[in-house]
Amino acid sequence: MLQVKNLDVFYGAIHAVKDISLEVGDGEIVTLIGSNGAGKSTTLHTISGLIKPKNGKIIYDGTDITETSAHKIVEMGLVQVPEGRHAFSNMSVLENLDLGAYTRKDKDGIEKDKEDVFKKFPRLYERRNQIAGTLSGGEQQMLVMGRALMSKPKLLLLDEPSMGLAPLLVKEIFNIIKEINDQGTTILLVEQNANMALSIADKAYVLETGRVVLNGTAAELAASEAVQKAYLGG
Amino acid sequence: MNMGSFTQQFLQQIINGLSLGSIYSLIALGYTMIYGIIKLINFAHGDIYMLGAFIGFVATTKFQMSFLPALILAMVGAGLAGIIIERIAYRPMRNAPRIAVLITAIGVSFFLEYTMILIATPQPRTFPAVFSPTVYHFAGLVVNNQQILILVSALLLMAGLTYIVNHTKAGQAMRAVSFDPDAARLMGINIDRIISMTFALGSALAAAAGVLVGIYYNSIDPLMGTMPGLKAFIAAVVGGIGILPGAMMGGLIMGLVEAMVSGFFSSTFRDAAAFAILIIILLYKPSGLLGKNVKEKV
Ligand SMILES: Nc1ncnc2c1ncn2[C@@H]1O[C@H](COP(=O)(O)OP(=O)(O)OP(=O)(O)O)[C@@H](O)[C@H]1O
Ligand SMILES: [Mg+2]
Repeated sequence: MLQVKNLDVFYGAIHAVKDISLEVGDGEIVTLIGSNGAGKSTTLHTISGLIKPKNGKIIYDGTDITETSAHKIVEMGLVQVPEGRHAFSNMSVLENLDLGAYTRKDKDGIEKDKEDVFKKFPRLYERRNQIAGTLSGGEQQMLVMGRALMSKPKLLLLDEPSMGLAPLLVKEIFNIIKEINDQGTTILLVEQNANMALSIADKAYVLETGRVVLNGTAAELAASEAVQKAYLGG
Repeated sequence: MNMGSFTQQFLQQIINGLSLGSIYSLIALGYTMIYGIIKLINFAHGDIYMLGAFIGFVATTKFQMSFLPALILAMVGAGLAGIIIERIAYRPMRNAPRIAVLITAIGVSFFLEYTMILIATPQPRTFPAVFSPTVYHFAGLVVNNQQILILVSALLLMAGLTYIVNHTKAGQAMRAVSFDPDAARLMGINIDRIISMTFALGSALAAAAGVLVGIYYNSIDPLMGTMPGLKAFIAAVVGGIGILPGAMMGGLIMGLVEAMVSGFFSSTFRDAAAFAILIIILLYKPSGLLGKNVKEKV
């Protein structure tokens, strides 16, 4: 579904992503873990077309999207929920969901998917007319995930969905990620919470200062000593 | 001056102020929309207003068009000019430091002014009277049909804009881009297209103001945009730059203050009053009357 080949990304002189390659198979959950500043968000931004890489290729669904503009990539079903949520906090919950469906024209389908989102996140339904900026952090995370689902993603990129949430809520969010995956959406998940991420993922990549230093199945990495030490507090 | 004539004079200046102010509002809307979406004070905006007036002039004189077709032609023409200017001058500067873009905008302003002088000469032109002036008197007040035309046209245009921004998909996308451009891109919004649309709408409103002023004052010239442009910019700041209702309100306030100053003191103080308002606002409520007081993140 997604192949990233030898990606190099710079911010001016800063070499943030160094020769990263990774692969996400159809229907998988793949996780990208690593500490602060490792280059996880930069990788996702580059896949989404928000930043252009210096070198490397991004192949999605058999198409080279390295030079494709961000909005076209969304139209193709590759959708990102960015770090820090980025809800349109001056608009209502409903308006946020409408913007999620921006690329679509099938009115009936949109309404149906909105109902599905409300089924997944009943809290959003209760607050549908509330201004997004007044939602709690957890509710905002639900909102931006729901908003992304409104665009009917085939591949969903999630950047630290558990950031700043209470443990119970983290669990709920991860259950929902699993559920979204079970319903047919492939997922590339960036997380600092390596424990949780490895528990639901099929494959994992570990990033350190812009490089992939380890990769394998989630079970292998969860058992590996290096990962235990660095990310699982073991 | 007895009390009765004072009230009368006051009401008269309100009428004059509202018609002048609605012109400022129309221009201020463009400033504020463009600022909202790319954080640029488009100093060429006053010249788009001038361009609109000239298109209206050519439409009514050369092509004998009546008011409405001439207005629409001016709006479309200026809208296209706005799109082209953004495309050529501002888009390549999208990631440049703000001061560089600001200087570019001043350059565009001079370019438009002196190109028009080259084409049309600096001589003022007489804008044809598309409506024969009729003056209505009631209760000692004087209103002419041009003032009514200005006020009604401006209100209709503002209502139309408000509808587009709040109730259409494109308007929703505009609000999204102006709030968080990267998040908007992740929704699949083509922000280049939305920025073009914003320039088109803002420029069209300025052009409408240009045509209305041409009709009102009968005279247009290539540098006519400088002062109204500056005052509309002040109006946008007074209302809170980036806030549409703020621009509408700021424009009306500017018009009313100018009318009052001209009516009760002397029109020589008119421009000074406009700048005094700017200074007062910047001192006491820099975010504008409708703006929230937030410090800009550095
Ligand atoms: N806009 C930017 N300009 C300059 N440098 C940047 C920019 N964004 C990120 N960087 C740098 O690139 C490197 C990678 O950043 P990135 O945000 O991808 O890390 P991350 O793995 O997502 O970290 P975190 O877990 O803290 O979110 C960091 O050294 C960061 O300082
Ligand atoms: Mg990050």
